[in-house]
Amino acid sequence: MYRYVVRRILQMIPTLLGVAVITFVVMKATPGGPFDDASLGKRVSPEVVARLDAKYGFNDPLPVQFVRYVGHALRGDFGVSVSLQQGTSVSSIIKQGFGKTVTLGLLALVVIIAFAIPLGVIAALRQNRLADYISLIFATTGASVPNFVLAIILVIVFSVKLHWIPTQGWGTPKQAILPVITLAFTPMAFLTRITRSSMLDAINQEYVQTARAKGLQEGAVVTRHMLRNALIPVATIAGPLTAGLLVGSFIIENVFSIPGVGRLYVEAIQQRDYPVIMATTLLYALILILANLTVDLLYSVIDPRVRYS
Amino acid sequence: MAGSRRSDDVQIAGNAVGSIAAQAEATRVTPLVPSRRSRGLWSDAWRRLRKNKLAVAGLIIIGLLALIAIFAPLLAPYNFRDVVHSGHTNAGPGEAGLLGADNLGRDILSRLLYGARISLSVGLVVQVVVVGIGIPLGAIAGYFGGWVDSLISRLIDIMYAFPTLLLIVLLSSALRESPIKQLLGGLFIIFIAIGLSSWVGDARLMRGQIISLKSREYVEAARSIGATSGRILWKHLIPNALGPILVSVTFGVPGAIFAEAALSYLGIGVIPPTPSWGAMINEGYPAIFYSPTQVLLPGLAIAITMLSFTFLGDGLRDALDPRGKRGV
Repeated sequence: MYRYVVRRILQMIPTLLGVAVITFVVMKATPGGPFDDASLGKRVSPEVVARLDAKYGFNDPLPVQFVRYVGHALRGDFGVSVSLQQGTSVSSIIKQGFGKTVTLGLLALVVIIAFAIPLGVIAALRQNRLADYISLIFATTGASVPNFVLAIILVIVFSVKLHWIPTQGWGTPKQAILPVITLAFTPMAFLTRITRSSMLDAINQEYVQTARAKGLQEGAVVTRHMLRNALIPVATIAGPLTAGLLVGSFIIENVFSIPGVGRLYVEAIQQRDYPVIMATTLLYALILILANLTVDLLYSVIDPRVRYS
Repeated sequence: MAGSRRSDDVQIAGNAVGSIAAQAEATRVTPLVPSRRSRGLWSDAWRRLRKNKLAVAGLIIIGLLALIAIFAPLLAPYNFRDVVHSGHTNAGPGEAGLLGADNLGRDILSRLLYGARISLSVGLVVQVVVVGIGIPLGAIAGYFGGWVDSLISRLIDIMYAFPTLLLIVLLSSALRESPIKQLLGGLFIIFIAIGLSSWVGDARLMRGQIISLKSREYVEAARSIGATSGRILWKHLIPNALGPILVSVTFGVPGAIFAEAALSYLGIGVIPPTPSWGAMINEGYPAIFYSPTQVLLPGLAIAITMLSFTFLGDGLRDALDPRGKRGV
């Protein structure tokens, strides 16, 4: 187990390096630069552009730039923004945005767990009855209505027609309602399906019959025997689910103009802010890698039948 | 499927429960004509798929969408790029044309009908790219193992750690400034950007399938009579691994449709005046307070299309894996 964890953590290094190489190559292959008129939003003379390029080392050969970037990044220095917020350190820009992205993601996670697990359990206990069909309809629409389409429908209903909630922005609890619901919607449907199917598996197990036979109350049978086993697959997707919420919020952030990392990423790409693009991509990749690692480790913690060597 | 007869036989053996049930049923329906024709995995699956109402409904809607896409110029009252309701910008349904006009006065019904071409072609072409990259890479890694596998697996790891949507945004913004940006109204770069970003799941799946299949007896038998690696892969392993791939490809279609619509909605997808449903939402959004139908209708169209492919994918998964859970 210990050696397995160490090996997996060591494997993260070439993977992150690979992500960095691909991002760097595609980014530098993109025509245009951070000091174009379009990127800076103002006219800049060619001499100034040349001076800026020289200042940030963008005239050096690409491999030199890449090695220098990795060298600095390993020491925790991700450079400064070159066009979005010229001169501000990338770390502090990302720290600001990441707080909002994490808040949005965690709120969505709470909503997902609070609704999906009870809904899935009820659907399984009432298989092929009304509650089951409702959860099924919910699960299917969740899987096929794109989150930005749902966002628009909600905006039309609650902002345009009812005037209850502002259409965009971030900061007040009211402004968080629509983004959280739309971000939670698809994963919530997915988790409901998984909970339902693993509960159905558990219901037919012999240990459930045994538990009933020895006279346990139905509530205890459901919570202590069925649910406990049914939640194994649910718990294992918690990692990717959280990662998906953090990474997936990039569309929602753009829909509702929330200044999180996802919106930062799109703006950075549009303005060719190389250091910001690199850092956000690496951050997202790290989140995904850690999430996948968590799944594999959780398997062995929750289910003692699984062993890694 | 062009699988050899030997592999078909093995498929039946591996699928004994479903096959016997299907044959018993065939005997019951046509007792006087004993069926001698060997029934493979695919005809069995088709039989089960036809019984799944939601999957059939999905298939019918997809067929209708395909007809709309093909005959859009005949069905649409106007061309998608023409400003035909110039005095009626952002008009509601009935006020100008059947479904209203957009912010420039273009006919919304016409743009919706042409939009089926964009979404369906994105869904299908992206899957061609995905299969074209994912299947060979996964099959080669799984079959040959060793350093080839290590190399491909590292690449897979890297791509797996890359957030797909971010890579799509990165690639499409790189390609948007290239000479190919105008091809197919910007669709060509969408095909490439989404395709290059989405193959990793199928490669992983294929690799796993091949690894589990290559130790089967029929592969050993083929090898013992001198079949080459290429033949074993092409004739025995890949056809037998296609079931799960087909399911994954079907689920990949709504994924690609979503990605295109999201990109176009964010204004970094197709190039105007291409009538992508996502782009229509983007263009109609500023007028949402007084003309909400022009964003609702394309949103509905995207949802219905994705829903149909999801139903079909669910049905295919159940049909191809009769031992799996139904209705999950």
